[in-house]
Amino acid sequence: MTRNVTKLHPFADSAPASRSDDPTWLSALRQDGLRRYRDAGLPTPRTEAWKYTNLRRLSRMLFQPVGSSVEDVSVPEDRLPKLDAYRAVLVNGRYRADLSRLDGMPKGVHVSGIADVLRASPAKLEPLLGRLAVHEGKPLADLNTAYLDDGFCVFIDDGAVLDKPLHLVSIGASSGTDPVCFYPRLLVSAGADCIATIVESHVGDGAYFSNGAAEIWVGAGAVLNHCKVQVEGAEAYHIADTAIHLSDRAVYDGFVFQSGGLLARNEVYASLDGEKIECRISGAYLATGKQHIDNTTFIDHVKPDCKSREVFKGVLDGTSRAVFQGKILVRKDAQKTDGFQLNKALLLSTGAEMDSKPELEIYADDVKCSHGATVGELDADALFYLRARGIDLETARNLLVAAFVDDAVGEIQNAAVREAVSEMVQAQFAMRNEDEIDE
Amino acid sequence: MALLEVKNLHASVGGKEILKGIDLVIEPGEVHAIMGPNGSGKSTLSYVLAGRDGYEVTEGSVQYDGQDLLALAPDERAGAGLFLGFQYPVEIPGVTTMNFLKTALNAVRQYREEKPLDAMQFLKYVRERAAMLNVTDDMLRRALNVGFSGGEKKRNEILQMAVLEPTLAVLDETDSGLDIDALKVVAEGVNAMRTPERSMLIITHYQRLLDYIQPDHVHVLANGRILRSGGKELALELEEKGYGAITGAEAA
Ligand SMILES: Nc1ncnc2c1ncn2[C@@H]1O[C@H](COP(=O)(O)OP(=O)(O)O)[C@@H](O)[C@H]1O
Ligand SMILES: [Mg+2]
Repeated sequence: MTRNVTKLHPFADSAPASRSDDPTWLSALRQDGLRRYRDAGLPTPRTEAWKYTNLRRLSRMLFQPVGSSVEDVSVPEDRLPKLDAYRAVLVNGRYRADLSRLDGMPKGVHVSGIADVLRASPAKLEPLLGRLAVHEGKPLADLNTAYLDDGFCVFIDDGAVLDKPLHLVSIGASSGTDPVCFYPRLLVSAGADCIATIVESHVGDGAYFSNGAAEIWVGAGAVLNHCKVQVEGAEAYHIADTAIHLSDRAVYDGFVFQSGGLLARNEVYASLDGEKIECRISGAYLATGKQHIDNTTFIDHVKPDCKSREVFKGVLDGTSRAVFQGKILVRKDAQKTDGFQLNKALLLSTGAEMDSKPELEIYADDVKCSHGATVGELDADALFYLRARGIDLETARNLLVAAFVDDAVGEIQNAAVREAVSEMVQAQFAMRNEDEIDE
Repeated sequence: MALLEVKNLHASVGGKEILKGIDLVIEPGEVHAIMGPNGSGKSTLSYVLAGRDGYEVTEGSVQYDGQDLLALAPDERAGAGLFLGFQYPVEIPGVTTMNFLKTALNAVRQYREEKPLDAMQFLKYVRERAAMLNVTDDMLRRALNVGFSGGEKKRNEILQMAVLEPTLAVLDETDSGLDIDALKVVAEGVNAMRTPERSMLIITHYQRLLDYIQPDHVHVLANGRILRSGGKELALELEEKGYGAITGAEAA
């Protein structure tokens, strides 16, 4: 069955057979994904990119592919960012028009399920789908592609302006006792000079494995704010790969908030494939208990005069572990590149651990690139100062931790999204403090 | 009954004895000054009173307002009306001065069994006090002490005192690093807080501040002990003769 016995590739056996009415390019895409995944196998710590995130436990779980769609699911509003936004919903990777609220969407913005577009106008997807997600060393994105038949599809016409954020909610719902695995997919094609804010939320209940892949095309001069909120259920596994392609003068403001899941890895690859691009990818992560949270980024400076900026801040408690891997590649032609990267983590307990791996690879000679990483504890002087003013220890800690994280949250450009994420951070702390009191 | 009664207080930092038997009684409404050369233990005394970790009391007792002060956590001491103006105020990025003052005031009000102030009431309350100390709205909006000049930090300390309205204020070298104009502003702020009930312990290295804030009692601290106590004329004598004359061989 396997050509190499040391490679594990669970999840592959139930990959869907292509239907006769599928376009041939789609069947080929899926088969290619499956083949690549089988060849590579599930990553192990022997793979450099997965050195700090071990999938052994995941590989031993007996996940069931999702069967027929789960009917009785509601959107858990109280666990999502509070936003006045258009909303589209996936449940276990399947698009759910019945849970989506897209009324009043401005002209030029088209949001739908990938399955619907595949049926109605597959030719629109052929040049985009799977063209970004496929590159070497991404077996889990390949696995997602092997299962590709639904997901979010967002087309924004040239010059269109989205008046409110678009909230894309992916819900994981285990039916019965068996943990399920599913493959949420996102395709965004943001046309030239458009302006839009997209918020992705990932949430769910029970044990499940969400293995997502997103492809985001940002046209020349477009401004795209993209915030991802990962608040999966406590027993969930969340692995996601986002690939972004940026053209001349595009502005991409990305943010990743992660506090959910038992094991979570969010990987972002941005190709700055044009001149005068601004690409910002920042994030905040809160890990507690036995959680493992991984943020891996790869900024690929291909052409000259581009700027990239990354500010990540994390807070670790319990025996949690977090990983930050940030690679910046400046290719030969990418003169006058301005790159900045910072990862700061706060350890609230002695059992928590942070692995930080910045990586600069520079082939152009006229560039400005810097990176920094720090891991520290709460400032005892600051704590005493607050307490000397009557503020109790718990409140003082929360104030300092929130201030620490807020620094990264402040990178979010859209004010409404920034406030919503900031509130979520506070809510997470409040929840955790309650848990501690319960124990 | 005395507001503060320190008896034979010994305290160590990192295993080294710094305070070597301090006795001090402060009655309600009294202003005491503690003067002493650098390294004599002035800040150590203030930290022991405020309850900082790492400052270990090895002997003696401190009664405050009829209770054992040393048994209280730092925030409980603040709640009971003790205030420490820091010699080196701490910079706290990400927490605005305004938010800090509001959290602190409402925490202390809770100890006093008073209702928290809402946003509007609080704004009015702070602005009245800030105006007196030339603390601008801009300073209130900025992160606590971050990028503040020395003078701004000290004015901010006095503003905190004015907001929290303590029963006993310990001001540790609130005058150091201030030019004469800033010193006057701070002194006026402190004098405006004087009431027949409120007591103060003013720690200073120089006599200068005491020209503006008249103390009832002056103590000279050297090498962890109070060597002399007297009225405000003692400060002038120190100014004239220097610490050496009073502390003798003990002053380094
Ligand atoms: N954290 C500390 N660890 C060790 N020694 C300290 C510490 N803080 C102060 N000291 C020592 O205690 C003595 C008194 O210091 P301090 O109370 O700051 O004096 P003052 O405020 O009068 O200048 C000094 O000799 C100083 O070196
Ligand atoms: Mg001192």
